Amino acid sequence: MSEKFHVSANPHVRSKVTTASIMRDVLIALLPAAAFGVYNFGVPALIRIIVGIVCSVAFEGLYEYFMHKKLTIRDCSAAVTGLLIALNIPSTLPIFMEIVGCAFAIIIVKQLFGGLGQNFMNPALAARCFMLIGYTQAMTTFAFDGVTGPTPLAIIKPGSDYAGQGVDLLNMFIGRTGGVIGETSVICLLIGAAYLLVRKVISIKIPAAYIGTFAILIFLFAPGHHFDGMFLAQQICGGGLMLGAFFMATDYVTSPNSPMGQVVFGIILGILTFLFRMYGSNAEGVSYAIIFTNLLVPLIERLTVPKPFGYRKPVKEAK
Amino acid sequence: MRKFTFKGGIHPFDGKDLSKDFETKTLEPDKLMVYPLSQHIGAPAKPVVAVGDQVLAGQLIAEAGGFISANIHASVSGTVKAIEARTLATGGKCNSIIIENDEQYTSVEFDAKDPATLSKEEIIERVKAAGVVGMGGAGFPTNVKLSPKDPSKIDTIIVNGAECEPYLTSDYRRLLEDGEEVVKGLKIILSLFDGAKGYIGIEDNKPEAIKHMQELTAGEDRIEVCPLKTKYPQGGERSMINAITGRTLNSSMLPADVGAIVDNVDTVYAVYKAVAEGRPLTERIVTITGDGVNNPGNYRVKLGTSFKKLIEVSGGIKGEPEKYISGGPMMGFAMYSIDVPIVKGSSSLLVFDHDDVADEETTACINCGRCVNGCPSRLLPQTLANLAERGDKEGFAKMHGLECVECGSCSYVCPAKRQLTQSIKSLRRQILADRRNKK
Repeated sequence: MSEKFHVSANPHVRSKVTTASIMRDVLIALLPAAAFGVYNFGVPALIRIIVGIVCSVAFEGLYEYFMHKKLTIRDCSAAVTGLLIALNIPSTLPIFMEIVGCAFAIIIVKQLFGGLGQNFMNPALAARCFMLIGYTQAMTTFAFDGVTGPTPLAIIKPGSDYAGQGVDLLNMFIGRTGGVIGETSVICLLIGAAYLLVRKVISIKIPAAYIGTFAILIFLFAPGHHFDGMFLAQQICGGGLMLGAFFMATDYVTSPNSPMGQVVFGIILGILTFLFRMYGSNAEGVSYAIIFTNLLVPLIERLTVPKPFGYRKPVKEAK
Repeated sequence: MRKFTFKGGIHPFDGKDLSKDFETKTLEPDKLMVYPLSQHIGAPAKPVVAVGDQVLAGQLIAEAGGFISANIHASVSGTVKAIEARTLATGGKCNSIIIENDEQYTSVEFDAKDPATLSKEEIIERVKAAGVVGMGGAGFPTNVKLSPKDPSKIDTIIVNGAECEPYLTSDYRRLLEDGEEVVKGLKIILSLFDGAKGYIGIEDNKPEAIKHMQELTAGEDRIEVCPLKTKYPQGGERSMINAITGRTLNSSMLPADVGAIVDNVDTVYAVYKAVAEGRPLTERIVTITGDGVNNPGNYRVKLGTSFKKLIEVSGGIKGEPEKYISGGPMMGFAMYSIDVPIVKGSSSLLVFDHDDVADEETTACINCGRCVNGCPSRLLPQTLANLAERGDKEGFAKMHGLECVECGSCSYVCPAKRQLTQSIKSLRRQILADRRNKK
């Protein structure tokens, strides 16, 4: 026979899921929240979403072009980072600041550490924290319906200057409040999260451990609000908790890959978010909690190596 | 209905519809039949015939070369032409007995006996004489499996009819067409272990087989049919034992250590033939399937026939297929030649028109954990592959790399299309070889 056959190691079939298809699923899952952001904050929000995606993809492409690396913008991971950056800024943030944020996320946090899969912090969140430090004023001024005011979370924070102003839980759930573009609507974020869960892109472990731990701590120990169900509901619906728990803490690269590790990761996130929100100077705590816990991932992974199937304790050999 | 299963695993496209409804046909053997001396785990068999000898169908041509080894019998009558190295489906070469088929099929007399009149030792002796080995692929000599150190500890006999490999339908056809013999074979094995119960595990994508076997075993209080969740690698020995008994075992243990013996459907059928009819193992059912063949189907093949013959008789190939696989798509071997004999462990010939794997480009790992969730041994395949690619044997062993069963699930699910199984498998085998050499 003269034909040549292909020879390779098993398996000879592969699943259809690719990195690009996963990233596309994440983009789809973020659509409801992004669309609601545009509805809530108008055209400025749309512009920031477009700028975020275009700039992030462009920075990735330019970096790889000038560094003579393989172009990877087709895997959509830069687009996801760009969209997440846009969803994490107020609609009033000057555009140049957003562009600086995208450059920081893509070039410094992602590419300089080796590109996709090598960054030790979630690039979008690192950019948010970078902008929070660099442009504190612009990053923490939220306008809603043309009026600048505190976010619900700032109002209910223990010891808040705005104490006395009311917050409406239903509006928080739907998202008719001030905040960053993509975080306000709990219902839209949950729809996206459900899509990711159904498509098996994310598992429930990290969000469940995170939100569960946070909820228990708030319910039992929130200063001045022990066993306060209303306060608990407002804490869960407010701020970046939903966006962070389902879309940022579940970032594969910066979360542990073992089932046990994911639970531990979620619990640490819950504790830190509780501490930051209740005792920090800021009303928000999700971003810092996530990027800080990202740094602990190698340690968590090392401590939570799963026991293999059928593991038996090694028997000490008799001397 | 209770469904038995294990943790981990994957759900590949099963492709069984291509061939599952084709009744098994008998394949005309080749003119030149090739009998490799290693069709089993353990020492190669030793030829007991010489070039020029006349042999009959069913005659012993090579005897077990050690405790873990197996007899080999001629499947046709004819003349021994040569004893020389021939290529196997795995790609290696092996000394083989070549017999020219005289097409008379003159057979030796088989010594049929009623199993009820035989002692346990006689039963095991007859299984050994017939050269029965595990026909799911591993090829462990069945008589050795049936003689554990402490037979009184065995309480579970499992007939493995999971057939979790996609595309394969040979065990399915065996259950449908020869279910009674399989049950009789299981009863023979049960007669060796007084306290044991028999289970027939079948994945729930084969409801007809489950129903058929339930009908055949109705009223048997020592036999239960266990429908298993369809999931790869459900038919792996450890996954199977875990699904049915809940017990777990690791790579350094045998099923007998947890009181279980697992035999493939075709093996149990061969046990029946060996014990009741005195027939040696000289044929098996082989599935020929895939999008590269004209007529997928199932064939009763005399061992020693080549895959080439199977393709010709079944109706040939479509166009120019790129890949020929002996066995299933998950653990089978890609062959560079199809002029290769069908042996005791050859369950299928799978022909793919297009080799999808060759198109895929490996990209960066994104740490998604799909390999971790899919691994039936609960390992961290991505970490192990990194260690393997660096050649870090110590780290690899420390991360339990030797527990890998090489099932291919991690490579299958990887969205970055990394060759995880290949990396892990190669370092694992190096370490095992090192250990053997040290001894």
